[in-house]
Order: sequence, then structure tokens, then C-alpha cells
Amino acid sequence: MPGKLKVKIVAGRHLPVMDRASDLTDAFVEVKFGNTTFKTDVYLKSLNPQWNSEWFKFEVDDEDLQDEPLQITVLDHDTYSANDAIGKVYIDIDPLLYSEAATVISGWFPIYDTIHGIRGEINVVVKVDLFNDLNRFRQSSCGVKFFCTTSIPKCYRAVIIHGFVEELVVNEDPEYQWIDRIRTPRASNEARQRLISLMSGELQRKIGLKVLEMRGNAVVGYLQCFDLEGESGLVVRAIGTACTLDKLSSPAAFLPACNSPSKEMKEIPFNEDPNPNTHSSGPSTPLKNQTYSFSPSKSYSRQSSSSDTDLSLTPKTAPYPQGPRIYLCPSSPSLSCGSLHLKKSCLLLSESSLTPHHSSLVSPVLRKSVSFSEELFLAASGMGSGSAGKEGGPFKALLRQQTQSALEQREFPFFTLTAFPPGFLVHVGGVVSARSVKLLDRIHNPDEPETRDAWWAEIRQEIKSHAKALGCHAVVGYSESTSICEEVCILSASGTAAVLNPRFLQDGTVEGCLEQRLEENLSTRCGFCHIPYDELNMPFPAHLTYCYNCRKQKVPDVLFTTIDLPTDATVIGKGCLIQARLCRLKKKAQAEANATAISNLLPFMEYEVHTQLMNKLKLKGMNALFGLRIQITVGENMLMGLASATGVYLAALPTPGGIQIAGKTPNDGSYEQHISHMQKKINDTIAKNKELYEINPPEISEEIIGSPIPEPRQRSRLLRSQSESSDEVTELDLSHGKKDAFVLEIDDTDAMEDVHSLLTDVPPPSGFYSCNTEIMPGINNWTSEIQMFTSVRVIRLSSLNLTNQALNKNFNDLCENLLKSLYFKLRSMIPCCLCHVNFTVSLPEDELIQVTVTAVAITFDKNQALQTTKTPVEKSLQRASTDNEELLQFPLELCSDSLHSHPFPPVKAVTVEKASPVGDGNFRNRSAPPCANSTVGVVKMTPLSFIPGAKITKYLGIINMFFIRETTSLREEGGVSGFLHAFIAEVFAMVRAHVAALGGNAVVSYIMKQCVFMENPNKNQAQCLINVSGDAVVFVRESDLEVVSSQQPTTNCQSSCTEGEVTT
Amino acid sequence: MTSELDIFVGNTTLIDEDVYRLWLDGYSVTDAVALRVRSGILEQTGATAAVLQSDTMDHYRTFHMLERLLHAPPKLLHQLIFQIPPSRQALLIERYYAFDEAFVREVLGKKLSKGTKKDLDDISTKTGITLKSCRRQFDNFKRVFKVVEEMRGSLVDNIQQHFLLSDRLARDYAAIVFFANNRFETGKKKLQYLSFGDFAFCAELMIQNWTLGAVDSQMDDMDMDLDKEFLQDLKELKVLVADKDLLDLHKSLVCTALRGKLGVFSEMEANFKNLSRGLVNVAAKLTHNKDVRDLFVDLVEKFVEPCRSDHWPLSDVRFFLNQYSASVHSLDGFRLECGGTIWAHCNLHLPGSSNSPASAFQVAGTTSVHHHAQQFFLYFQ
Repeated sequence: MPGKLKVKIVAGRHLPVMDRASDLTDAFVEVKFGNTTFKTDVYLKSLNPQWNSEWFKFEVDDEDLQDEPLQITVLDHDTYSANDAIGKVYIDIDPLLYSEAATVISGWFPIYDTIHGIRGEINVVVKVDLFNDLNRFRQSSCGVKFFCTTSIPKCYRAVIIHGFVEELVVNEDPEYQWIDRIRTPRASNEARQRLISLMSGELQRKIGLKVLEMRGNAVVGYLQCFDLEGESGLVVRAIGTACTLDKLSSPAAFLPACNSPSKEMKEIPFNEDPNPNTHSSGPSTPLKNQTYSFSPSKSYSRQSSSSDTDLSLTPKTAPYPQGPRIYLCPSSPSLSCGSLHLKKSCLLLSESSLTPHHSSLVSPVLRKSVSFSEELFLAASGMGSGSAGKEGGPFKALLRQQTQSALEQREFPFFTLTAFPPGFLVHVGGVVSARSVKLLDRIHNPDEPETRDAWWAEIRQEIKSHAKALGCHAVVGYSESTSICEEVCILSASGTAAVLNPRFLQDGTVEGCLEQRLEENLSTRCGFCHIPYDELNMPFPAHLTYCYNCRKQKVPDVLFTTIDLPTDATVIGKGCLIQARLCRLKKKAQAEANATAISNLLPFMEYEVHTQLMNKLKLKGMNALFGLRIQITVGENMLMGLASATGVYLAALPTPGGIQIAGKTPNDGSYEQHISHMQKKINDTIAKNKELYEINPPEISEEIIGSPIPEPRQRSRLLRSQSESSDEVTELDLSHGKKDAFVLEIDDTDAMEDVHSLLTDVPPPSGFYSCNTEIMPGINNWTSEIQMFTSVRVIRLSSLNLTNQALNKNFNDLCENLLKSLYFKLRSMIPCCLCHVNFTVSLPEDELIQVTVTAVAITFDKNQALQTTKTPVEKSLQRASTDNEELLQFPLELCSDSLHSHPFPPVKAVTVEKASPVGDGNFRNRSAPPCANSTVGVVKMTPLSFIPGAKITKYLGIINMFFIRETTSLREEGGVSGFLHAFIAEVFAMVRAHVAALGGNAVVSYIMKQCVFMENPNKNQAQCLINVSGDAVVFVRESDLEVVSSQQPTTNCQSSCTEGEVTT
Repeated sequence: MTSELDIFVGNTTLIDEDVYRLWLDGYSVTDAVALRVRSGILEQTGATAAVLQSDTMDHYRTFHMLERLLHAPPKLLHQLIFQIPPSRQALLIERYYAFDEAFVREVLGKKLSKGTKKDLDDISTKTGITLKSCRRQFDNFKRVFKVVEEMRGSLVDNIQQHFLLSDRLARDYAAIVFFANNRFETGKKKLQYLSFGDFAFCAELMIQNWTLGAVDSQMDDMDMDLDKEFLQDLKELKVLVADKDLLDLHKSLVCTALRGKLGVFSEMEANFKNLSRGLVNVAAKLTHNKDVRDLFVDLVEKFVEPCRSDHWPLSDVRFFLNQYSASVHSLDGFRLECGGTIWAHCNLHLPGSSNSPASAFQVAGTTSVHHHAQQFFLYFQ
């Protein structure tokens, strides 16, 4: 069934001068979709043409709608010679294909030329009329939503998380086709841009089909990558997590906060309880109890992550932190007598020791619920005055069995998510990774990309088996990457082995939703740290202790993961960015020999990266790594390893021991002295770091633990392997045998260097923090100022006497200097935190190292930051008391969505929201963001999934753009730096323009996936390819009022003049 | 290890005001880094020189890219490449179009041509302003001149609209454009004591009262050129000094009115004829282009210098000029329309005449003289 695409070309502005004689331009526009082309009239002699064209209508298959980009070309009319192209705009119309996203694309787009960059702007309006397609065998997948965000998007609720979807398509790279020899660089670049646009459209459509097959309606954590394999072709591959998402019915931002019933519902930690009596016999309740409702009805959907602490339902008088719970369960035929249950619930509620204000909070809920009683029943059960979670062995086994059954149907139980709905993640095993070195060969049949598929399948299989070895059935925070140099390619995959709560994984049929499920209340603050594997049959030697939080379960001494820190985890102090950097020289070789050399080096690199990470972690006095990302890059004559992660101190894990240095020759006096000097320095650093990151774990008396504070002994939680083309799998045991792991032996100069390099990492200047996760553990009072940036550095190594040490030092300096530069540049934002710091290393040429960093700097409030050093107990008490005060006045605002999903302290949020009723009168129905209608509306970009101080109200669709820029006048454009600086600025501009045209005012989960830069200074040429993606969103400031008033004077004049222009 | 490429691109373009200043002042990256080091920034932030170098280069690159847009400020507002908050945009524009007093004093009244541009080297050495900065300022003058040259409507408004400058800066530019258009000589040694502010004030009054736009606001408003008819009319003032009776009558009127009020009464009385002749001659000559150019030189020679040699205090000069034109008013059958205006301008030059720092006078002079000018204008209209 076709859809109808309508395009209108309104006007242009700031066009370049194309006719030197008149200093003007005779511009017209070609609009192309598929094989149909329309043209506007020529607008003579103007740099600001007003075409105001008719609606160009394209009647096309929805398959094409998904694959093809709309192509708009601006040309200069020339009577005598060929028309000159000014530039192009590619518009991905995918966001118009699903109902909840944008309805129209309208705005100014930069006109982009691959040789000249941005040349003026064009105003375009695009609409799509889509007819419903009921064909079962359709090839399109319109309606499946895509999100780059690696967590459940903020205004949605996950009904079911189906699992892994992947797809790849291959094609010949136009740059390497024979025709490239005779066509202009511009034509070649445009062919490439268009091809990639087509391929990613196709890829997205195919993934969409898979999602529909799984009965999902969305892909979360969608990651699409290009492999430029050169001669052998172009591969576009994508992975993601299929989900069934439900839009939260009340976008709270548009409603006055006080009288929305749906909002009221959100206050309660609903729980499904199929059997009201389970509380007497079922598993005892742990500290936290957050669950989902699986009601098919939208009428009472709510934010997923409400928790009872936020609610202040917890009676402070109760001896245990568990409070009475209210369970709301969807209708089921067996429970038909609503009143009975209601009565019972009231009874139960009154039985439990509720303080007056609790009941005052609860009663309206009960009342409201009755109004929904056709669908819902309320059953309250005063659960859990019993002792905390006694998840014994049998129970665990049961859980495992369930999960297993849910997951085993899947080929790959992988999830690209890094943050999860509460209760989803039960245990975390550790990082699993697999790498494989392949030799590229020409892809003979693009329609059957079997080899590439097989390669990835192999690696995924490996990851799966690693996870199994860790006693886990799933892998979360899963990602894949490649590094290509000539015809050698390293494929890498990594993730975190985990045990998941099966509730979210049931196959999502309607019956599935209604099906009553067993409720496990496993999500505790420390639950995810508990080992998933069998203590007696550990996959690797590890030192286990009882959990420092619940004292019931075993935990490892360190934990490495690729996911974000779970929101409910208890962290002491702040986190920090930890990087391990490594270079290894490699002989230049060809083909097979080269591949062998690389795969021989890989295990050693992994080992060293791991050692470095571990040492640095200890040096920081921390015991867990989150967001770990190890990148191995292959170059002509070297291999680079860069691992970034955020170190934190998890309260549940044991205190890390220090680092001991042992010399080999104890008899040498001066040597001994040197060693002890080093030892002292290390100890000092640890102490200093502990102070810096405010790590002061509460003293634990040993009787309670029942075991002494563990001797730090073992460290490896990484299970990895390499394989080369021969499929040979090597398992690498990274534990240092039986000796004490924290003893660093200094037996040669190399080791000395290593220790030195440990100590050379300088901490960020005061007022700065950095992490590579979404949020900085220990800071939770962000202010609204954010600055996303990309920084690129390329250094040329002196080719003389390259040794591993010199290389290491150079690389280390490069990264450190880059960070220092960032701190210096952003000094005006202090106190601030660099979040989601993402380093990418590439080796574009023999002696060049390129490092690209994208991150966001977020300011925070220093005064409130100090409060966070208080222990969690104090915090919750403090919060509870605040709740008390605010309760009567703003009973319903305490748990608004953002509070759960964002790391904002409740204290602050309450005060922020307190202001909102004042503003309500003026801004009640403000659906557009404050500055959306100004000329150049501000579009924020952030690699995070949220915007501090604001609420995301709508997702407008995925942004996935690919640009090529080439120059043959490198010197004139300010050299390589000038060229790339301008290009990146242009890419940002184009992303912003597309978002603004969709009606959005921010890009979240922004990522620059590729930045391939090639130069040839001798020929005065350079070329750069950039691939970016993100989610276009609309956000509304929580403190809308002040922003508007402060922006008014400046935006007013702008908005008035553009509105005129747009409406013409 | 050498750095090949080093860039930082923010979603919101970072603008460092200090570096912007250094860039505008025309310092090279090396000089700018040295100056920043001297400012003690390294100690404050704990950064290294390499970091500072990279930061400075980066800012310079950004400014370089922005410069193209700054040439047409409205473009800066509408462009999409750099996301800059409006307040920052305003700052960028204002600073870019700001100029050095010393520099403007050198080129004021000169033709904004290639020839003048070649002399910028000398001006640069003379004023100590870097050549780069001189060029920027000169190009700014020229650009503004080119844009508003043929434009109708109020000069200040035009400048403000096309260059988005603040009111004060737009007025200054109006003065510069006005002077450049009429090529008033300001570089003579005798005029050196006058500051740009003094000239700018004159220019403003002349634009208000002497130009085509001032005469008839209904007509096409041309603020750039002097009203030829008006200058022609000034010729008729000659009668004031040519006619002996009239001269005497005028003198007696002025003297009676000022007796006892003036500290330098006797000198005034003695010099009245000379002064009056000087003033009227300057006015009468204005029909020739060359004399128009020398207006300020003549005024200083013919009126200000005699007063100065007699040590007239400023207030006395003002009294005298007030009375001088007021008395003309009561002379029979005299066309009064024109006289007042020129004297109002003469008045301006007296601040400098009493050898006090020009700047101190500027404020006082501006308000009071302005007040007078309006009064005169009212009388004679």
C-alpha cells in the first residue's frame, strides 16, 4: 500500500554568489524521491529566493518511504552551460512514518555541499499521508519506533523487553568502483552519502520487520555502524533491543500537576500480586519493591520506576525498613469481587502501623482506583515485617530456571541496554568479551552477506558461552565494534553477563500481559552485586565475601561491568573516569601473517589493559567499574588499546586493599629505599584519592560480618577470548595464579615504567569530575547548563626509535593533555562534571594517532553536592521529612516521573516543582518549547539520555546522518585543524537543523560513531567522513517560567521576523 | 611527537572574552599566549603552556570563522553553524566594531580609500596599535560607509539596523561616516587637542541641523550630505560685519547684556569686532568644498585661538555666544534662520580652548551645549 509524500519548497537564504558578473544567483530546486524528480521555477537574481512552490506529491510504497531519503538539490540556472549545483539536503522521512513522532518536517536546512560545506539554507515543508497496510507479507515496517537511547525512553513504559535484534547489509563502496576514476570527487561523495543513506534506511526497515515478528513495537539501544572495508565493500550493520513500549498516557508536563488522576496513580509502587495471600507464604520482601504493571489498558500507565522510598510510605516507626505495600493488579477473571478486595486492603492498611499522613496519602489513591475498577483491583497486603530477603538456593534455582526458559528460545539473549527498569537486573556476573581477527575479502554477492553474518554469529556465540560460564543467561550492555586496517579486521563484542528477571521477558502476546506471573522481589540495593554463579564451581578463581549491605549473599571483591550504574545501587563517595592506555608495536606484514601477528598480540594487550585498569582502580580506592569499554585499534605497525570506565565504590563490595610493591633484589639497599619510597607514594595517592572522591565507607564491626575484612587476593572478572580465522578459542585466565594480586613486582624497567605511569595520571582540577557513564555517581543535583563537545587530536609520532615505552608514553600524554585541555576550556563551568566521556582511537596512517572525544559537561550545584556525602539512611530520612512538609501542599508532585528516572535529589525537585503552580496559570498549555519559534531556536545536544532540569515530553524519531566533506584547498581552509573544525561545526549545525525542523529542541543519546579523517598535505587535500546519531526530542524545562522571562527580550525580535518568513 | 591537528567544537560555541580581545587587538597566537601567561592564568588554573597554546589556537580559529559573519552582523543572528546565545552574539558584534580612539582620530575625515589603507602602517607605528587591528577598524569604517552611503532615512538608524550596534556605537559610526563623507580636515596640529568625542558631538549636531534631512524631514532623508542651500544662505550673514552700523548695534546689544556677567568683559569688548568677523567669515565661505573641509581649522584659528589667548573661561564663551546670536535676533530685518546654528557649533570648540582636559569637558559640554543648541534652534526656527 502506498503512502503519499508531499514536499513544498518555501524559500532560500544566504545563498552563495554563483554568478560573478552580477554577484547574484539564479537558483532553482530539484526535489527527488526514488526515481521521481520535480523542479521549482528559477528564481532569478537573488541570494534569498522565495520559491513558494506548489506541493510536490510523490506516491510511493511504504517500503521506499523507509529506505529512500528525500533528496533536495539547489542549483544555479545557467542558460548556456550546465547548471551548477549549489548543494544538497537529504531528509530522512522516517520520523513521519510513526504516529507518535513528528507530523511534519518544516524548517530551515543548511544546504550542504561535500566540497564547499554549508552554502546557505533552504526552507522546506514535508508531510506524509500513510495508508494502513494489512498485508501480512509486507516488506515494510512502518510504525516501529527506533531509539538510540540505551535505556527505556523517558516517556515510555516497557511492557515487554523482547531481546536482541541485528541485521547487516553490504554493498560495494562507490569510492572503489571503476566509475570513480572518471567522475568528480563531488559526484563520488554524493553517491556514497546517498548509498549509505539508502542502506541505513533498508537496514532499519529490516530490523523493524524482525521486531514486528517478535511482536514488539520499538527498538531501544539501536546502534548502527559502518565498516568501510575499502576494496572489499561497505558494510552497514545494526544491533538493538526489541521492546514493546507503551506511551505513558499523561505527559505530565502539559497538565497542571495537582489534579491528574493518572499522576496520582504513579505515586504508588504498584505490584502485581496474582494471589493476595502470597505475602504469608511467598518470598519475603526485600528492601525495595518496584515492579511493573502489565495491564493492557493505557488508562493507568505510569512511570515505571516508582519506589517506596520515594513515596514515603515507609513508616518510620517500623522496626524494619519494609513498609506496607499496595499492590495493584490488572483485572483477571478469577478476581471479580472488587469490593471485597478493597475492603481487605483497607483493613490491611489500617492494621499496619501507618502514621496519619500515610493514610491521607493512600486514601485518595484508593478512591481513584475504584473508578478504574472495571479493569483494576486493588489489593493491599501488609507484607514484610519479616527479615530481609532470604533468597535461598532453591529460590535462586527456580528463578534461573524461569529465566532460562524465557531466554533459551532466543538465539542470543543479548540486550543493548545499559540502564534498566528497576527489578530487571537481578545479578551481574562480569564483563564478557570476544574478539576475532578476520581477513577481508571482496563480498561477491551483496544480497547474501553470509560471511559477515557468520563472523558475527560466531562471536556472539562465544559471548553467550562466556556468559553461561559465569552462570548467567543473558548479556546486557552489549555492543559490537570493528577496527579495520587494510585487509585485516578485528571484530569485537563485549557485554556484561547478567541474570535477569524473567517477568520482562515473556513473549508479549495479549494473553502474556494478562497472564498472572509469579512475583519475585529480588531487586535490592545490593542484589545486582551478588554472584550469579555457583560458589563452589566458580568459572575463575575469585575471592568472595558476604555482601556488605545485606550480609546474606556472596559478592566478589571487584566488579567490572559495561552497563550504567543501577539507580538504586548504593555508592559511597563519587566516581571517576579510569582509563587504561596501551600501545604495542607490530611488524608490518601481509594478509595471513599479519592476522596471525595481531591475534598473537591481542591476549597480551587485553591482559595489560586489564592489569592497568585494576591497578588504577585500586589506586583510586574504588572497587567497581561501570561502563567499561575496551577498544583495540589496529594500524599498519601497531596496536592500540584504550579502556575507559567509571570507577565507583560500591557499598556492597568489600573495601579494596592497597597496592604493594615488591622488589626482586631485596639485598640492594638503595633499591630497597627506592621501593619503599614508591610504596609511600602509592599509599599517599590512595589516601589522597579517597579524600578527593569522598570515599569514606562506614566502619563495619567485624562481628556483624562474621568474617574478617577480606584479604584482597584475586581480581579477574574478565573472561575473554580471541579467535582468529581458524576458530581457535583461547580462554585466558587473568588471575595472577595464587599469589596476592595486589603485589606489583618490580623486576625490570618495564615494570618500573608501569608503576610510574600509574602515578602520573593527574586528577582533574578541583571542581571537575569526569565519568563515562550517563550520570556521575555521587552527584545528583545537576543544574541545567550543559555543553556537549567533540574534540579531535591527531599526533604524528617521530618515526625514529619507536619503542613500546615511547609509544605508551606518547599515547598516555596525548590522552592526558587532551583531558587537561578540556578541563581548561570548560573552566568557566566549574563546578561541573564531564559525563559520558567517550574516547575513540584510530590510526589513520603509519605514524598518526587520532583520538576523538565526545562528552557533555554539566554543571551542578556545589552546595547541595556536599549533602550527598551523608549516608543513604540519613538521606532518606531527610527526604522523608521534606516529604512530610510538602505533603499537604503538593501531595502529588513528590514522585513525578522525572524524579525517578533522573538522578535528582528529591529535596531539590520538590522545590523546583513548588514553583510550578505559580507558573501554571501562564504556561499551562505551553506545548511548544519556549524557544521553538525563534529564528535559530536553541537545540541542545547531549550524549546522555536525559536533559538535566528538564522533562522530555516527546520523542520525535531517530537522527542518523552521514556526511562526507572533502577539500582540495586545505591550506586555504586553515589547514587540517581549520578544515575539521569547520566540518564538525557544520555537522552539528545540520543535526540541529533537522531536529528543529522536526519540532524538537534537543538531541539526546547523541553519538559520533565515526570520524574518519584522511589528509594529504602535499596535494593540499583532505577528506573526512562523519556518522552521527541520536534521538530528537522535545523537552520542557522544569523551571519554564524563569527561562522564558530571561530569554524574552532577545528571542522576541528574532521570532517575529522568522515567523513572517516561515508563514510566507 | 608533534600535534598535527587539535580541535574542540562545542554545541554551544565557546567564546573566551579575553582571547577575543587579544584577537581583535591583532596579536598573533604566540603573542597572545605570552600575554595570557603573563596574566597569571596558568597559576590560577594549573594548566600548562601547551594547553594554553592549544586553547588560544582553537579560539583564534573560531574567531576566524566567525569573522566572515561579523562582516554582516544580521547573518550572525540567522546562521546555523555556530550556536551562540544572543547576549554573546551582541558582545561579539559590539566588540568587533569597537575602535580605538587613537586610531579613529588619525583617519577621521579622511577618504576611506585604498590610499588611506596603505598609510595604515604609519598609523600603526604612530599609535602603537597593531596593523591587524588597524586594518580591521579601517575595514569596519569602510564597510559601514559603503552600506549606508546611498541609504535613505536616519543615518544612526540605518547603521543600527544593518550592523546591530548599540546606540552609542552607532552614533559614533554615524559621525565617522559623516566626517569621511564630507572629508573634514581634523589632522592639523592645531586640532590635535580635540578628541574624537568632540568631533562626534559636532557631527551629531551638524547631522541634525545642517543636512538635507534636517531641513525637511518629509523629503528623502539624506543624512550624509550638507544642505547646499543652507550653506548658500549663510553667505548673507556677511552683512553683520560688512555693515558698520549693524556691527556696532550688534556689539552694543551684546555688551549691554553681558556687562558684569563676564569675567573677561573688557577683552570681549575690545575683540568683539574681530571675533564677529572671524565667525561670519567662516560661515560665509562654506559654499566652497575646500572651505567646508577646513571648517574646523578655520573655527579654531578665527575664534577659538583669540579667545584662548585672552584666557576666556568656558562659561564666558558660552554666555558670549548665546548673547551674540540672541542679539542678532533683535536686529532689524535680519534673516536669522541660519546664524544660530553655526554658532551653536562654534560653541563646541571652546571646551578645548580653556586648556582643560578635553574629556572632562565632554560631558559637561555635551549636556549644556546641547541644551543651548536646542534653544537656539527653537528661537531661529
